[in-house]
Amino acid sequence: MSKLIRVLIAKPGLDGHDRGAKMIARALRDAGMEVIYTGLRQTPEQIVAAAIQEDVDAIGMSILSGAHNHLFPKVIKLLKEQNASDILVIGGGVIPEDDIPELLEAGVGAIFTPGTLTSDIIKYLRENVQ
Amino acid sequence: MELIEKMLNGDKRACARLISSVENNSNEAEDIIKTIYPHTGKAHVIGITGPPGAGKSTLTDKLVKLLRKKDLRVGIIAVDPTSPYTGGAILGDRIRMNDLALDPGVFIRSMGTRGYLGGLAKATRNTVKILDAFGCDVVIIETVGVGQSEVDIVKAADTVVMVMVPGLGDDIQSIKAGVMEIGDIFAVNKSDILGAQRTATEINMMLDLSQNLERRPPVVMVTASQNQNIDKLLEEIEKHYIYMKENDILEKRRKLNIKRELVELVEEELRKYVIKETENKGEMESVTLSLYTKETDPFTIRDILLSKIK
Repeated sequence: MSKLIRVLIAKPGLDGHDRGAKMIARALRDAGMEVIYTGLRQTPEQIVAAAIQEDVDAIGMSILSGAHNHLFPKVIKLLKEQNASDILVIGGGVIPEDDIPELLEAGVGAIFTPGTLTSDIIKYLRENVQ
Repeated sequence: MELIEKMLNGDKRACARLISSVENNSNEAEDIIKTIYPHTGKAHVIGITGPPGAGKSTLTDKLVKLLRKKDLRVGIIAVDPTSPYTGGAILGDRIRMNDLALDPGVFIRSMGTRGYLGGLAKATRNTVKILDAFGCDVVIIETVGVGQSEVDIVKAADTVVMVMVPGLGDDIQSIKAGVMEIGDIFAVNKSDILGAQRTATEINMMLDLSQNLERRPPVVMVTASQNQNIDKLLEEIEKHYIYMKENDILEKRRKLNIKRELVELVEEELRKYVIKETENKGEMESVTLSLYTKETDPFTIRDILLSKIK
Protein backbone atom coordinates (compact mmCIF):
# COMPACT_ATOMS: atom_id res chain seq x y z
CA MET A 1 0.00 0.00 0.00
CA SER A 2 1.31 3.44 -0.86
CA LYS A 3 1.67 5.98 1.91
CA LEU A 4 -1.52 7.75 2.96
CA ILE A 5 -1.20 11.43 2.17
CA ARG A 6 -2.38 13.80 4.91
CA VAL A 7 -3.29 17.35 3.94
CA LEU A 8 -4.39 20.27 6.08
CA ILE A 9 -6.90 22.55 4.39
CA ALA A 10 -7.29 25.97 5.96
CA LYS A 11 -8.82 29.35 5.34
CA PRO A 12 -6.42 31.92 6.72
CA GLY A 13 -7.38 35.48 7.52
CA LEU A 14 -10.65 37.28 7.33
CA ASP A 15 -12.65 35.85 4.52
CA GLY A 16 -15.79 33.88 5.01
CA HIS A 17 -16.18 32.10 1.72
CA ASP A 18 -15.13 28.48 2.09
CA ARG A 19 -16.96 26.71 -0.68
CA GLY A 20 -13.77 26.33 -2.69
CA ALA A 21 -11.85 24.99 0.29
CA LYS A 22 -14.60 22.49 1.02
CA MET A 23 -14.67 21.39 -2.57
CA ILE A 24 -10.94 20.76 -2.58
CA ALA A 25 -11.21 18.93 0.75
CA ARG A 26 -13.88 16.70 -0.72
CA ALA A 27 -11.90 16.04 -3.91
CA LEU A 28 -8.81 15.07 -1.93
CA ARG A 29 -10.90 12.81 0.27
CA ASP A 30 -12.27 11.10 -2.82
CA ALA A 31 -8.69 10.68 -4.03
CA GLY A 32 -7.98 8.64 -0.90
CA MET A 33 -6.25 11.30 1.16
CA GLU A 34 -6.82 12.22 4.78
CA VAL A 35 -7.89 15.83 4.93
CA ILE A 36 -7.73 17.77 8.16
CA TYR A 37 -10.18 20.61 7.69
CA THR A 38 -9.67 23.46 10.14
CA GLY A 39 -12.28 25.89 8.91
CA LEU A 40 -12.47 29.65 8.66
CA ARG A 41 -10.47 32.57 10.01
CA GLN A 42 -7.25 30.83 10.91
CA THR A 43 -4.10 32.68 11.84
CA PRO A 44 -0.82 31.51 10.31
CA GLU A 45 0.26 30.50 13.81
CA GLN A 46 -2.80 28.28 14.24
CA ILE A 47 -2.29 26.71 10.83
CA VAL A 48 1.34 25.84 11.48
CA ALA A 49 0.61 24.50 14.98
CA ALA A 50 -2.14 22.28 13.58
CA ALA A 51 0.04 21.10 10.68
CA ILE A 52 2.78 20.04 13.08
CA GLN A 53 0.49 18.21 15.50
CA GLU A 54 -1.30 16.48 12.65
CA ASP A 55 2.01 15.58 10.97
CA VAL A 56 0.62 16.49 7.55
CA ASP A 57 2.50 16.19 4.29
CA ALA A 58 1.03 19.37 2.87
CA ILE A 59 -0.90 22.50 3.78
CA GLY A 60 -3.45 23.87 1.33
CA MET A 61 -4.68 27.39 1.91
CA SER A 62 -7.53 29.10 0.18
CA ILE A 63 -7.41 32.90 0.16
CA LEU A 64 -9.92 35.19 -1.46
CA SER A 65 -9.34 38.27 0.65
CA GLY A 66 -6.33 39.65 -1.17
CA ALA A 67 -4.03 39.13 1.80
CA HIS A 68 -2.11 36.31 0.09
CA ASN A 69 1.15 38.27 -0.17
CA HIS A 70 1.21 38.49 3.58
CA LEU A 71 -0.31 35.17 4.69
CA PHE A 72 1.58 32.67 2.52
CA PRO A 73 5.08 33.96 3.36
CA LYS A 74 4.12 34.15 7.03
CA VAL A 75 3.13 30.47 7.12
CA ILE A 76 6.34 29.51 5.32
CA LYS A 77 8.43 31.56 7.73
CA LEU A 78 6.76 29.93 10.76
CA LEU A 79 7.30 26.46 9.29
CA LYS A 80 10.97 27.27 8.84
CA GLU A 81 11.27 28.52 12.40
CA GLN A 82 9.79 25.31 13.69
CA ASN A 83 11.98 23.03 11.56
CA ALA A 84 9.04 21.95 9.48
CA SER A 85 10.04 23.24 6.05
CA ASP A 86 9.55 19.77 4.65
CA ILE A 87 5.77 20.37 4.77
CA LEU A 88 4.64 21.35 1.30
CA VAL A 89 2.56 24.55 1.05
CA ILE A 90 0.10 25.09 -1.78
CA GLY A 91 -2.50 27.76 -2.31
CA GLY A 92 -5.60 28.64 -4.18
CA GLY A 93 -8.15 31.35 -4.58
CA VAL A 94 -8.35 34.67 -6.30
CA ILE A 95 -4.69 35.40 -6.75
CA PRO A 96 -3.52 37.73 -9.54
CA GLU A 97 -1.09 36.23 -12.07
CA ASP A 98 1.42 38.98 -11.27
CA ASP A 99 1.67 37.95 -7.64
CA ILE A 100 2.33 34.27 -8.31
CA PRO A 101 6.07 34.40 -9.14
CA GLU A 102 6.82 36.15 -5.89
CA LEU A 103 4.82 33.61 -3.88
CA LEU A 104 6.62 30.72 -5.56
CA GLU A 105 9.88 32.49 -4.83
CA ALA A 106 8.86 32.72 -1.17
CA GLY A 107 8.51 28.93 -1.06
CA VAL A 108 4.92 28.17 -2.02
CA GLY A 109 4.94 24.93 -4.02
CA ALA A 110 2.14 25.87 -6.38
CA ILE A 111 -0.78 28.27 -6.73
CA PHE A 112 -4.02 27.00 -8.22
CA THR A 113 -6.32 29.72 -9.50
CA PRO A 114 -10.02 29.46 -10.41
CA GLY A 115 -10.65 27.01 -13.23
CA THR A 116 -8.04 24.51 -12.07
CA LEU A 117 -9.13 20.89 -12.36
CA THR A 118 -9.15 19.13 -9.00
CA SER A 119 -7.39 16.25 -10.73
CA ASP A 120 -4.42 18.57 -11.39
CA ILE A 121 -4.17 19.39 -7.69
CA ILE A 122 -4.36 15.71 -6.76
CA LYS A 123 -1.68 14.88 -9.32
CA TYR A 124 0.53 17.68 -8.04
CA LEU A 125 0.22 16.49 -4.45
CA ARG A 126 0.95 12.88 -5.31
CA GLU A 127 4.04 13.87 -7.26
CA ASN A 128 5.41 16.37 -4.81
CA VAL A 129 4.74 14.94 -1.38
CA GLN A 130 7.92 13.45 -0.03
CA MET B 1 15.45 6.20 19.03
CA GLU B 2 16.09 9.87 18.71
CA LEU B 3 12.43 10.77 18.14
CA ILE B 4 11.36 9.08 21.37
CA GLU B 5 14.02 10.98 23.30
CA LYS B 6 12.76 14.23 21.82
CA MET B 7 9.13 13.37 22.47
CA LEU B 8 9.85 12.55 26.11
CA ASN B 9 11.45 15.99 26.34
CA GLY B 10 8.27 17.63 25.13
CA ASP B 11 8.88 18.06 21.39
CA LYS B 12 5.48 18.23 19.67
CA ARG B 13 6.78 17.49 16.21
CA ALA B 14 8.51 14.34 17.45
CA CYS B 15 5.32 13.32 19.21
CA ALA B 16 3.34 13.83 15.99
CA ARG B 17 5.85 11.79 13.99
CA LEU B 18 5.67 8.92 16.43
CA ILE B 19 1.88 8.91 16.19
CA SER B 20 2.17 8.69 12.39
CA SER B 21 4.51 5.71 12.70
CA VAL B 22 2.06 3.95 14.96
CA GLU B 23 -0.83 4.80 12.63
CA ASN B 24 0.94 3.55 9.54
CA ASN B 25 1.80 0.35 11.38
CA SER B 26 5.37 0.64 10.27
CA ASN B 27 8.01 -1.63 11.67
CA GLU B 28 9.03 1.16 13.99
CA ALA B 29 5.63 1.09 15.72
CA GLU B 30 6.43 -1.95 17.84
CA ASP B 31 9.79 -0.58 18.89
CA ILE B 32 8.18 2.73 19.85
CA ILE B 33 5.61 1.09 22.08
CA LYS B 34 8.21 -1.23 23.59
CA THR B 35 10.35 1.75 24.55
CA ILE B 36 7.64 4.02 25.92
CA TYR B 37 5.49 1.40 27.64
CA PRO B 38 7.07 1.95 31.09
CA HIS B 39 6.17 5.65 30.81
CA THR B 40 2.47 4.96 30.34
CA GLY B 41 -0.47 4.46 32.67
CA LYS B 42 -0.33 7.87 34.30
CA ALA B 43 -2.95 9.82 32.36
CA HIS B 44 -6.67 9.84 33.06
CA VAL B 45 -8.18 8.66 29.77
CA ILE B 46 -11.61 10.13 29.10
CA GLY B 47 -13.81 8.92 26.25
CA ILE B 48 -16.33 11.28 24.71
CA THR B 49 -18.86 9.42 22.61
CA GLY B 50 -22.32 9.91 21.18
CA PRO B 51 -24.22 10.22 17.90
CA PRO B 52 -23.01 12.40 14.99
CA GLY B 53 -23.71 16.07 15.57
CA ALA B 54 -24.33 15.65 19.30
CA GLY B 55 -21.65 18.23 20.03
CA LYS B 56 -18.77 15.99 21.07
CA SER B 57 -16.07 18.26 19.65
CA THR B 58 -17.59 21.44 21.07
CA LEU B 59 -17.96 19.78 24.45
CA THR B 60 -14.37 18.54 24.29
CA ASP B 61 -13.20 22.07 23.50
CA LYS B 62 -15.00 23.49 26.55
CA LEU B 63 -13.86 20.69 28.86
CA VAL B 64 -10.25 21.15 27.81
CA LYS B 65 -10.41 24.88 28.52
CA LEU B 66 -11.48 24.08 32.09
CA LEU B 67 -8.77 21.45 32.45
CA ARG B 68 -6.20 23.99 31.28
CA LYS B 69 -7.32 26.39 34.02
CA LYS B 70 -6.26 23.68 36.44
CA ASP B 71 -2.91 23.63 34.66
CA LEU B 72 -3.32 20.07 33.43
CA ARG B 73 -1.71 19.04 30.15
CA VAL B 74 -4.21 17.56 27.74
CA GLY B 75 -3.96 15.33 24.70
CA ILE B 76 -6.93 14.95 22.37
CA ILE B 77 -7.49 12.18 19.85
CA ALA B 78 -10.38 13.06 17.56
CA VAL B 79 -11.59 10.18 15.42
CA ASP B 80 -13.62 10.65 12.25
CA PRO B 81 -14.71 8.04 9.70
CA THR B 82 -12.58 6.90 6.77
CA SER B 83 -14.34 6.28 3.47
CA PRO B 84 -14.71 2.56 2.88
CA TYR B 85 -14.58 3.27 -0.87
CA THR B 86 -11.52 5.46 -1.30
CA GLY B 87 -9.66 5.25 2.00
CA GLY B 88 -9.84 9.03 2.23
CA ALA B 89 -11.32 11.02 5.09
CA ILE B 90 -12.37 14.48 6.14
CA LEU B 91 -11.17 15.03 9.67
CA GLY B 92 -13.09 18.04 10.86
CA ASP B 93 -13.15 17.96 14.64
CA ARG B 94 -10.47 20.62 14.96
CA ILE B 95 -12.89 23.22 13.63
CA ARG B 96 -14.51 23.33 17.08
CA MET B 97 -11.18 23.47 18.87
CA ASN B 98 -9.32 26.22 17.05
CA ASP B 99 -8.70 28.22 20.24
CA LEU B 100 -6.70 25.31 21.59
CA ALA B 101 -4.32 25.04 18.63
CA LEU B 102 -1.76 27.45 20.08
CA ASP B 103 -1.96 26.32 23.68
CA PRO B 104 1.43 24.78 24.51
CA GLY B 105 -0.24 22.43 27.01
CA VAL B 106 -2.61 20.90 24.46
CA PHE B 107 -1.91 18.38 21.70
CA ILE B 108 -4.68 17.58 19.24
CA ARG B 109 -4.51 14.73 16.77
CA SER B 110 -7.20 13.89 14.22
CA MET B 111 -7.45 10.30 13.13
CA GLY B 112 -9.35 8.43 10.41
CA THR B 113 -10.86 5.07 11.38
CA ARG B 114 -9.09 3.40 8.42
CA GLY B 115 -11.43 0.46 8.29
CA TYR B 116 -11.80 -0.06 12.01
CA LEU B 117 -15.44 -0.36 13.03
CA GLY B 118 -15.83 0.01 16.78
CA GLY B 119 -15.88 3.81 16.91
CA LEU B 120 -12.12 4.18 17.24
CA ALA B 121 -9.16 3.85 14.88
CA LYS B 122 -6.84 0.87 15.13
CA ALA B 123 -4.02 3.12 16.29
CA THR B 124 -6.06 4.95 18.94
CA ARG B 125 -4.91 2.93 21.92
CA ASN B 126 -1.26 3.18 20.98
CA THR B 127 -1.67 6.90 20.41
CA VAL B 128 -3.05 7.20 23.94
CA LYS B 129 0.17 5.56 25.13
CA ILE B 130 2.29 8.07 23.23
CA LEU B 131 0.36 11.07 24.59
CA ASP B 132 0.54 9.58 28.07
CA ALA B 133 4.32 9.21 27.80
CA PHE B 134 4.47 12.70 26.29
CA GLY B 135 3.31 13.95 29.67
CA CYS B 136 -0.40 14.56 29.21
CA ASP B 137 -2.26 14.43 32.52
CA VAL B 138 -5.52 13.85 30.70
CA VAL B 139 -6.08 12.19 27.33
CA ILE B 140 -9.46 12.70 25.72
CA ILE B 141 -10.62 10.34 23.00
CA GLU B 142 -13.45 11.67 20.92
CA THR B 143 -15.01 8.77 19.02
CA VAL B 144 -16.62 8.90 15.61
CA GLY B 145 -20.32 9.65 15.76
CA VAL B 146 -21.71 6.38 17.01
CA GLY B 147 -24.93 4.55 16.27
CA GLN B 148 -26.03 1.74 18.50
CA SER B 149 -23.18 -0.68 18.86
CA GLU B 150 -19.83 1.09 18.65
CA VAL B 151 -18.63 0.40 22.15
CA ASP B 152 -14.86 0.06 21.72
CA ILE B 153 -14.34 3.22 23.72
CA VAL B 154 -14.83 1.23 26.94
CA LYS B 155 -11.76 -0.77 26.02
CA ALA B 156 -9.66 2.36 25.81
CA ALA B 157 -10.98 4.83 28.38
CA ASP B 158 -11.15 5.07 32.17
CA THR B 159 -14.23 7.27 32.09
CA VAL B 160 -16.80 7.27 29.29
CA VAL B 161 -19.01 10.30 28.78
CA MET B 162 -22.02 9.52 26.62
CA VAL B 163 -23.23 12.68 24.93
CA MET B 164 -26.93 12.65 24.07
CA VAL B 165 -29.16 15.24 22.47
CA PRO B 166 -32.92 15.75 22.39
CA GLY B 167 -34.97 14.58 19.45
CA LEU B 168 -33.37 11.25 18.56
CA GLY B 169 -36.26 8.99 19.37
CA ASP B 170 -38.59 7.90 22.10
CA ASP B 171 -37.81 6.28 25.42
CA ILE B 172 -37.52 2.80 23.93
CA GLN B 173 -34.24 3.89 22.35
CA SER B 174 -32.76 4.46 25.78
CA ILE B 175 -33.44 0.94 27.03
CA LYS B 176 -31.83 -0.85 24.10
CA ALA B 177 -28.55 -2.61 24.54
CA GLY B 178 -25.32 -1.21 23.17
CA VAL B 179 -24.00 2.30 23.48
CA MET B 180 -26.49 3.28 26.19
CA GLU B 181 -24.88 0.76 28.52
CA ILE B 182 -21.36 2.13 28.41
CA GLY B 183 -21.75 5.64 29.79
CA ASP B 184 -20.12 6.29 33.16
CA ILE B 185 -21.63 9.74 32.86
CA PHE B 186 -24.43 10.95 30.60
CA ALA B 187 -24.34 14.47 29.24
CA VAL B 188 -27.50 15.80 27.62
CA ASN B 189 -26.12 18.48 25.32
CA LYS B 190 -28.06 21.26 23.61
CA SER B 191 -30.19 21.42 26.73
CA ASP B 192 -31.44 24.83 25.67
CA ILE B 193 -33.65 23.28 23.01
CA LEU B 194 -37.09 21.82 23.44
CA GLY B 195 -37.24 18.25 24.67
CA ALA B 196 -33.93 18.24 26.54
CA GLN B 197 -35.55 17.78 29.91
CA ARG B 198 -37.54 14.88 28.53
CA THR B 199 -34.39 13.26 27.12
CA ALA B 200 -32.73 13.60 30.53
CA THR B 201 -35.77 12.08 32.22
CA GLU B 202 -35.79 9.14 29.83
CA ILE B 203 -32.12 8.46 30.48
CA ASN B 204 -32.70 8.74 34.21
CA MET B 205 -35.57 6.29 34.00
CA MET B 206 -33.45 3.88 31.99
CA LEU B 207 -30.69 4.13 34.60
CA ASP B 208 -33.15 3.54 37.42
CA LEU B 209 -34.24 0.30 35.78
CA SER B 210 -30.72 -1.07 35.92
CA GLN B 211 -30.19 -3.47 38.76
CA ASN B 212 -27.00 -4.39 40.57
CA LEU B 213 -25.30 -1.18 39.54
CA GLU B 214 -22.30 -0.53 41.76
CA ARG B 215 -22.57 3.09 40.81
CA ARG B 216 -25.45 4.83 39.13
CA PRO B 217 -24.17 7.09 36.33
CA PRO B 218 -25.16 10.73 36.77
CA VAL B 219 -26.99 12.66 34.06
CA VAL B 220 -25.78 16.22 33.49
CA MET B 221 -27.60 18.73 31.31
CA VAL B 222 -25.15 20.93 29.40
CA THR B 223 -25.11 23.41 26.55
CA ALA B 224 -21.59 23.19 25.18
CA SER B 225 -21.94 26.01 22.68
CA GLN B 226 -22.95 28.39 25.50
CA ASN B 227 -20.39 26.93 27.89
CA GLN B 228 -23.19 26.03 30.29
CA ASN B 229 -22.79 23.51 33.08
CA ILE B 230 -19.46 22.26 31.73
CA ASP B 231 -17.96 22.75 35.19
CA LYS B 232 -20.63 20.42 36.60
CA LEU B 233 -19.77 17.80 33.97
CA LEU B 234 -16.06 18.05 34.71
CA GLU B 235 -16.82 17.69 38.40
CA GLU B 236 -18.65 14.43 37.67
CA ILE B 237 -15.74 13.21 35.52
CA GLU B 238 -13.30 13.92 38.33
CA LYS B 239 -15.60 12.30 40.88
CA HIS B 240 -15.78 9.18 38.74
CA TYR B 241 -12.00 8.96 38.55
CA ILE B 242 -11.62 9.33 42.30
CA TYR B 243 -14.39 6.81 42.90
CA MET B 244 -12.61 4.29 40.67
CA LYS B 245 -9.27 4.83 42.35
CA GLU B 246 -10.66 4.56 45.85
CA ASN B 247 -12.56 1.38 45.15
CA ASP B 248 -9.84 -0.39 43.14
CA ILE B 249 -12.10 -0.28 40.14
CA LEU B 250 -9.58 1.63 38.08
CA GLU B 251 -7.04 -1.14 38.52
CA LYS B 252 -9.63 -3.77 37.65
CA ARG B 253 -10.81 -1.88 34.57
CA ARG B 254 -7.30 -1.21 33.30
CA LYS B 255 -6.23 -4.82 33.82
CA LEU B 256 -9.29 -5.99 31.90
CA ASN B 257 -8.46 -3.64 29.05
CA ILE B 258 -4.81 -4.66 29.00
CA LYS B 259 -5.93 -8.27 28.78
CA ARG B 260 -8.33 -7.47 25.94
CA GLU B 261 -5.62 -5.67 24.03
CA LEU B 262 -3.19 -8.54 24.52
CA VAL B 263 -5.76 -11.08 23.35
CA GLU B 264 -6.37 -8.99 20.23
CA LEU B 265 -2.65 -8.79 19.51
CA VAL B 266 -2.23 -12.53 19.84
CA GLU B 267 -5.31 -13.21 17.72
CA GLU B 268 -4.07 -10.94 14.98
CA GLU B 269 -0.60 -12.49 14.84
CA LEU B 270 -1.99 -15.99 15.04
CA ARG B 271 -4.45 -15.33 12.25
CA LYS B 272 -1.77 -13.81 10.03
CA TYR B 273 0.57 -16.71 10.76
CA VAL B 274 -1.92 -19.48 10.05
CA ILE B 275 -3.19 -17.87 6.87
CA LYS B 276 0.33 -17.21 5.62
CA GLU B 277 1.47 -20.75 6.36
CA THR B 278 -1.56 -22.18 4.60
CA GLU B 279 -1.09 -19.95 1.58
CA ASN B 280 2.65 -20.56 1.41
CA LYS B 281 2.06 -24.28 1.21
CA GLY B 282 -0.46 -23.65 -1.53
CA GLU B 283 -3.17 -25.35 0.49
CA MET B 284 -5.67 -22.52 0.53
CA GLU B 285 -7.09 -23.42 -2.86
CA SER B 286 -7.43 -27.11 -2.09
CA VAL B 287 -9.12 -26.64 1.27
CA THR B 288 -11.48 -24.08 -0.24
CA LEU B 289 -12.38 -26.59 -2.93
CA SER B 290 -12.96 -29.36 -0.43
CA LEU B 291 -15.34 -27.07 1.41
CA TYR B 292 -17.09 -26.03 -1.78
CA THR B 293 -17.68 -29.64 -2.77
CA LYS B 294 -18.85 -30.37 0.79
CA GLU B 295 -16.25 -33.11 1.22
CA THR B 296 -15.58 -31.67 4.62
CA ASP B 297 -16.70 -28.80 6.83
CA PRO B 298 -15.15 -25.52 8.03
CA PHE B 299 -14.66 -26.65 11.61
CA THR B 300 -12.68 -29.75 10.62
CA ILE B 301 -10.46 -27.67 8.35
CA ARG B 302 -9.96 -25.10 11.09
CA ASP B 303 -8.71 -27.78 13.47
CA ILE B 304 -6.36 -29.19 10.84
CA LEU B 305 -4.87 -25.76 10.14
CA LEU B 306 -4.50 -24.97 13.82
CA SER B 307 -2.95 -28.32 14.63
CA LYS B 308 -0.02 -27.43 12.41
CA ILE B 309 1.17 -24.63 14.66
CA LYS B 310 1.03 -26.53 17.88
